[in-house]
Amino acid sequence: MSAPQSHLHFAEKAHRALADAHLQKALHVSRNGFIGKRAKAVARLQEFEALRDAARDIKAHTLAHLDLYLEAYEAKVLASGGTVHYACTAEGANAIVLDICRRHGAKSVAKGKSMIGEEMGVNAALEAAGITPVETDLGEYIIQLRHEMPSHIIAPAVHLTRDQIAADFYRVHKGLPEARDLSDPAALLAEARKILREKFLAADIGITGANFLVAETGTSIIVTNEGNGDLSQSLPKVHIVLASIEKLVPTLEDAGTLLRVLARSGTGQDMTVYTTLSTGPRRPDDPEGPQEYHVVLLDNGRTKMLGSDFAEMLRCIRCGACLNHCPVYQSVGGHAYGSVYPGPMGSVLTPGLFGLAHSADLPNASTLCGACESVCPVRIPLPKLLRQWRERAFAHYLGPQSQRLGLAFWGFFARHPQIYGPASRIAMRTLALSGRHGRFRSLPFAKGWTGQRDFPAPEGETFQAQFAARKKP
Amino acid sequence: MRKTGIHFFASRSRADSCRMEAPQGPRVGLYVTCLVDLFRPAIGWAAVKLLEDAGCTVEVPRQTCCGQPAYNSGDRALAKELARPVIEAFAPYDYVVVPSGSCAGMLAKHYPALLADDPDFATEARAFAAKVYELSDFLVTVLNVASIDAEFPRRVTYHDACSGLRELGIAAQPRKLLGSVRGLDLVEMQDSTRCCGFGGTFAVKYGEVSSAIVEEKAEAAEASGAPVLLAGDLGCLMNIAGRLARRGSAIEVRHFAEVLAGMTDMPAICAGKK
Repeated sequence: MSAPQSHLHFAEKAHRALADAHLQKALHVSRNGFIGKRAKAVARLQEFEALRDAARDIKAHTLAHLDLYLEAYEAKVLASGGTVHYACTAEGANAIVLDICRRHGAKSVAKGKSMIGEEMGVNAALEAAGITPVETDLGEYIIQLRHEMPSHIIAPAVHLTRDQIAADFYRVHKGLPEARDLSDPAALLAEARKILREKFLAADIGITGANFLVAETGTSIIVTNEGNGDLSQSLPKVHIVLASIEKLVPTLEDAGTLLRVLARSGTGQDMTVYTTLSTGPRRPDDPEGPQEYHVVLLDNGRTKMLGSDFAEMLRCIRCGACLNHCPVYQSVGGHAYGSVYPGPMGSVLTPGLFGLAHSADLPNASTLCGACESVCPVRIPLPKLLRQWRERAFAHYLGPQSQRLGLAFWGFFARHPQIYGPASRIAMRTLALSGRHGRFRSLPFAKGWTGQRDFPAPEGETFQAQFAARKKP
Repeated sequence: MRKTGIHFFASRSRADSCRMEAPQGPRVGLYVTCLVDLFRPAIGWAAVKLLEDAGCTVEVPRQTCCGQPAYNSGDRALAKELARPVIEAFAPYDYVVVPSGSCAGMLAKHYPALLADDPDFATEARAFAAKVYELSDFLVTVLNVASIDAEFPRRVTYHDACSGLRELGIAAQPRKLLGSVRGLDLVEMQDSTRCCGFGGTFAVKYGEVSSAIVEEKAEAAEASGAPVLLAGDLGCLMNIAGRLARRGSAIEVRHFAEVLAGMTDMPAICAGKK
């Protein structure tokens, strides 16, 4: 495990997030945009639910035959003049990237947005080797300036307000006059574009992620809204694609089906602005393109997940809809999860990739409301998978001991109705006597509840006792 | 208490008075849920009244908890131990009716999965699950109740509790029944299907996050202008009522069955005795 992980628990990070006024403002603005746009995009497409079924089936089929599709894909990449590298771990993947960079004497690398790059911690690896990674996605560029993790898988800087971003640009961009007005998004974008163009042209190597890898043709596909991916991969001499093994799809037509649900689910667009397909390096009669084309295929725990009860998680196409619709994510943002993959999908994926011992609180950081599953374009049963991790954590004694004891205490009564009946009657009558105003402002064993909420007082007699009394003649 | 009764579609019409002499109606086991049993028996009585008015024979076998807290905390063994006696206790009944979408979802959707590898209970769990219904769903879908003869001349708003909505499709049923109550004016609040933040033990484990989520529900309820909030799950109702009370809101919070059964004289959740 090499991805940045915070040592604070979810509850502490959530506490800080709830007190962060900038974050709360940013979350509120983005939430309404994402949810409203998805709803409209879905309403415009009558066959959307059928497409979700088709998307699920394509991914399930591919995963069931992943070995065959990987072989077929590799053969096609080779035939097109590219190279496929397999990496079991993040460290292994970073070593492959560094090796390619060293061979070309690279000083700087232009990076398109890649969550696999985040998972590998490739920026840190490049910097340690004296190579400057330049993020060309606006959001990634902003969080790189701030030395932060992305807080959202498709909108890395969604936790920031415009004012915060403008302040970062004034701080970092040399020669930016203080009088320049950066108060509207277009001005921010223009400023970032000016700086980034220079870096594109100077980069020796371009690194991008991949939304899909097509076995039929050996093609990698990326979607962006800024076109930065195209420049990252076509201007430098060498193009490296970072992808994980579950990005495979059998055919271009399958990729088309998945693209139809991807943008609609994530940003609410019918299509992203750019959908870029790349197949191998530049051919002799191509007017432009890289001289070398490498694909680094990362496993990092996925093969293990594939053979487990969590295989369904590998259908994920990283649209971000589950984050956008999760009431917990909406309240605290992505950084509270302490993983590059936040929200419901992250709470299932993180224990699988980085180990449950480091992330046992994440599967519990959910109300299991099911909003995530109801919008997932590939119908991943996220609440079921979250519950399965809770079962693993319980079996390995990973939760707080106090909660375990509380559950066992309650379980004893619930398992013995002959004790539960009288005991609950006494308890409720006692509570009712001390809660005569209908509620409690504080309760000794429920501080988590009564911190900001009253707790309702019981009526007094239990229903079962009342019903039994009615039946007596 | 206001006079109430139940109207069926014409084809299923049956006189209320005939019920006592010829109990032909289905035999219903009421799974009252632990929260209703302990905190608000009035909801149990409202369910009994609605079911009996609709011609059912209602019984309440001994029960503790469906096991959801254990199931959602990862203690599968304890959840199984609690599930088996529920299935046994309700074996004699034609239907199991639950005044909670969350507990009905546990019984109907999760018991079969939980006990799928239990040779003694896998088949029983599936048969049991097939006869489990949430209260409003049972009245509308099984008994074809078209309208309720009750009066509640107030504006109300309805919160769609998550498990009932997403596991069982409970949305139109309670609205249909509430819509037939004389004088009742149902106004929808913003994001009525958004989670209230309860989530069972989540409300205590992550109290701050839970409170932040329910704060938005409280704001939406107040913005709706309705002086009454109704839902079908006591856990969510306790959470929403608790936050509204702490905010000093005058909104009354009740289970929808209380309104349908004309049992609105008793204090609302978190409200003191008048």
